[in-house]
Parts: sequence; structure tokens; C-alpha cells
Amino acid sequence: MLIHGHALIEGLASGDMLKLTEPLSLWGGVDLQTGRIVDASHPQRGSMLANRLLAMPGSRGSSSSSSALVELARTGRAPAGVITTRSDPILTIGALVADYLYGAAIPILVVSVEDFGKLQCGPKGHLWCEAGRAVLTFPEHEPLRFENPSA
Amino acid sequence: MKLEPIDHALRAGEHGAAAARAMALLIRYGTACGADRFIGIESAHIDGCLYHGPSSIDFAQRFVELGGKVRVPTTLNVAAVDVTHPGWHCGPPEIIAEQETLTRLHEQLGCLPTLTCAPYQRMARPRRGEHVAWAESNAIVFINSVLGARTDRYGDFTDLCAALTGRVPLAGLHRDEARRPAIVFELPSIEAARLPRDLYFAAIGYVVGRRAPGIVPYLRGMPLDATEDELKALGATGASSGALALFHAEGVTPEAADMPTAGVLVEAVSPAEIEAAIASLCQAIEGEAVAAVCLGTPHYSIHEFALLNRAVAGRRRTAATEIYVSTSREIAAEVAGDPAFDALRAFGIHIVVDTCTYLAPVVRQTSGLILTTSGKYAHYGPGNLGRRVALMTLERCIRSAEAGRVAPC
Repeated sequence: MLIHGHALIEGLASGDMLKLTEPLSLWGGVDLQTGRIVDASHPQRGSMLANRLLAMPGSRGSSSSSSALVELARTGRAPAGVITTRSDPILTIGALVADYLYGAAIPILVVSVEDFGKLQCGPKGHLWCEAGRAVLTFPEHEPLRFENPSA
Repeated sequence: MKLEPIDHALRAGEHGAAAARAMALLIRYGTACGADRFIGIESAHIDGCLYHGPSSIDFAQRFVELGGKVRVPTTLNVAAVDVTHPGWHCGPPEIIAEQETLTRLHEQLGCLPTLTCAPYQRMARPRRGEHVAWAESNAIVFINSVLGARTDRYGDFTDLCAALTGRVPLAGLHRDEARRPAIVFELPSIEAARLPRDLYFAAIGYVVGRRAPGIVPYLRGMPLDATEDELKALGATGASSGALALFHAEGVTPEAADMPTAGVLVEAVSPAEIEAAIASLCQAIEGEAVAAVCLGTPHYSIHEFALLNRAVAGRRRTAATEIYVSTSREIAAEVAGDPAFDALRAFGIHIVVDTCTYLAPVVRQTSGLILTTSGKYAHYGPGNLGRRVALMTLERCIRSAEAGRVAPC
């Protein structure tokens, strides 16, 4: 499967998909010591974010979510990349500052609601976000060689 | 992005290395947001002063080392601890020193240490139409909706970069088009919902926040005498259950009359839906032990203290149940110095400043329920504190505090 979108933050990432069925406020919704979802009302409560491709339908909550993302990046507990349905200013600045302070790239891909619906929890995906080409692939369907992007 | 001379000057370091660094980040941010130019701002409110870990300090420290100074009046949001009551802090002790460092770094950058999430009710009140860069989700929705000022839904770091440059990308809720409603909600009246006022506004906020993800709702049918405190509660809850950053309320908020609603999707909010929202936020069992009542999320106003004072006059809480009210130092000092608030003191209320009890561990007792009138507290409290929290009316909170157990409805 190959899904095209728009690169909010550029970069490459691979990881197992964690698809959320509701938006999540990273601050107040995630334990920063463990990277686990703790929002009591969230359907995916208990899931771990670290090194996953986090698919999140839209945004929710606190201005501090950008700090939460950076703090998760500092301790290696951040998602490897984010797939969402709407440009989110709070996640955007979080990803930029994670890069600025710690060199941690967290690419963010914005996809259509329809494409978001095709995503499933579990399989390993590759995220390739650059201006003009922003795609999410699942290797069992269509391998993508990151070693030589121009090939 | 098209840069104006001031933007070029900022980026080139003509206003210092810190402003240049902040501008470089803002250009990347503005490009990602799809903005084509920058605009000036009149003020900023910083949420990044709340300590989350070493990264909070790493960011502010870089700008201090570069000699940064804010270019617009800048206030600070809440901190992680009440440093005036260190004995109340039940969390890791090292947080106190780390928070003090972070606050001091922001002061070195020229920010005013207001340490409140609701400076907009008295200390810093952006005017209608004014562009500002405010973070803190409840403050964003309040100043956009109730004051008619213009801020986008800023997160930590953008707020400080904006303050250090006095510039923001023209994106999001700074733009006229983005402030127009995308959905009209027909609200049930308070009478039809058969609810006390405080629960009504919290529940409406909760439902609207969930049903308007990332869009601006227009609320029809809100009581015309809604107070600022009630709108504050509605917005804070909607910003927690969803991403509410601006709402218009017919006959109530300043921009509502100018907003086109013809052709906009209209949906009803039913009394049953409101009831379900309240049920999900109040899973208390009558007679259950109550550890604490926590009020002031967002920070209590002087008017809310007056209402509370009246409600507790002649009553006394049981020793088993603590009561905490979070507010700013400024308002706490006024309450402390005014004998008209003696009823509060007689009731046994603790006033927490600089922080808020939904994020700072001050409730000492480890078992028992926490009661609150705040939908925001009820939403975040369980995840932040690992405690059970129940939303109810102020009146029922007080009766429960007298009994030490959850009082009947």
C-alpha cells in the first residue's frame, strides 16, 4: 500500500503503526517518563508511542504538547513519525524544536481522511516526507529503498 | 514566504542573535503552516515556562545565552509547583529548583512572572482585533472568543520565538477566513437541559470540543447573561476535550454578530448528549470518601472567590477533605488582605498559586476521590495525577467537603 500526502515536517522514519481512533493531547495524555498513553478517556490508553509511526486523526488539547513531544524526543520515547489528517501548529513546532535541540527528526505527514481510514494498527511502515514527495508505504506491499531515493 | 524589511533584519541578526535564531525557527514553522508572510504582535503569553523536563530548560537557556530579550509585553503561564508553599509539593523534590531555574531564565528574557493561566481577566487583556501570540489552550480560546483578540493555537516554543521577535506567520486564526464558523450548534437552554449553571457550561464545552475538531463553532441558544467566568469554563473544557480555539456565541461574544451563518451546517446538541457528557466526567458513587475538592482550573477570578465565599459562609469542611483553589499571586493577595473573605478561611480553604492542582501533586491523601467543578480538571486529572476525579456542581462539592463523602445530587 502506498499513501500520498503533504509533508508538514520533512524526514524519514520507519516503525510499527500505532493508529489512534481519537485525537490525543501528548501533554496530559502521555506519561513522559514512559511514553505510555495515560489519558483515561482515550480508546488506546496503555499503548506505547516510542519509535512507532503514530497515526492520529486531528489534534486535541494542550499547548504543552509541543514540550511533551520534545521531552519524549530527548529521552528516546518519541514516535518515529506522525501521520495526521490536519496541519497542527502545536505538533509542528514540537517537531522543529526536537530537531533544533537534539537533532531528532520527527517527520509529520498530513493525509486525507479517506486515506487515514485505510491505515491499520500493527504493520511496519516507512514514512518518506520531503517537499514534493511525501509518502507512507508498507513494505510487504511495495518496498521503498531509502538508500537511493533518486533511483 | 515573503519577508518584510523587519523580518529580514531580525533574521540577519540586526536585533541580536537570539531574535535571529527565533526568526529562523519561525520561518520554518510559518512555511510548514502555509503562511505567505509575517505580521506584528502586541503581546505574548508563554506556556513553555511550565517545567516538563530538561528540554524545557535547554530551550530557554539557548536564548538567554544569546542575550535574548522579548520585544513585546510577555506574561508567563503556570509553573509546575507553588514555590510559595514548598511543603505542599508531594512530587519529586528536585522539580522545585528546576522550575525556579526555568522561571528565572524567562525573567532574564524579559517575561513578566505572572505565573497564571488566566491573566486575561485582569492583568493582560488583549483588545478586540489585536494580533497576539498566546499559548495555553484555555487562554487561547478565551481571548479569541470572549475578547475578540487574534491568536492562533500556539504551542510551547512558538510563543517564545514570537515574543523574542514580535512577529508571527499570518496563519490560522489570525486570518479572517479562519475565524468564520464551519458549524452551527443549536444548544438546549439551561431550563431544557435541567442543569445548574456551572455544570451546563462545563458540559456544553465538553460536547462542543469533541464535536468541532479543529473547526470554529457558532453556538446558538446560549444564555445571554453568560458571565466571563462561565465562558472561561466552557472554553477551557472544549480546549481539553477537543482543540477548541475559537467559538462564537450568538448575542454573547463580540464577533458573533459579524459572522456569516447562512449555508453553514446546523446541528442540534441534545439534552441527552449533555447528560451523557456529565455522566462520563462524574463517575462518583454517593457516599464514597472524598480526599479533596479542587477548584480554579483555570485560575479562579476574584468574582469566583466571592461566589465561593458566599457559598461556604457559616459552614466548615471536615478534616478528612482538603479544599484547594488555584489562582494567581495577585488575586491570592487580594483575597488574603480582605476581611470580606473571612468565610473562606473559616471553611478551611488552601489557596495554591503559580501552578494548578490538576498538574501539580499537592493533594496529599492518596486514596479517595477528587471533586471539581472544572471540566478541564475532570478531563486531565486522572491521567496527570493517577487519581479518580468527578465533576459536580460547586454546591455539591461543598456539601461533600462538609461530609467527607460524596453528597447526594
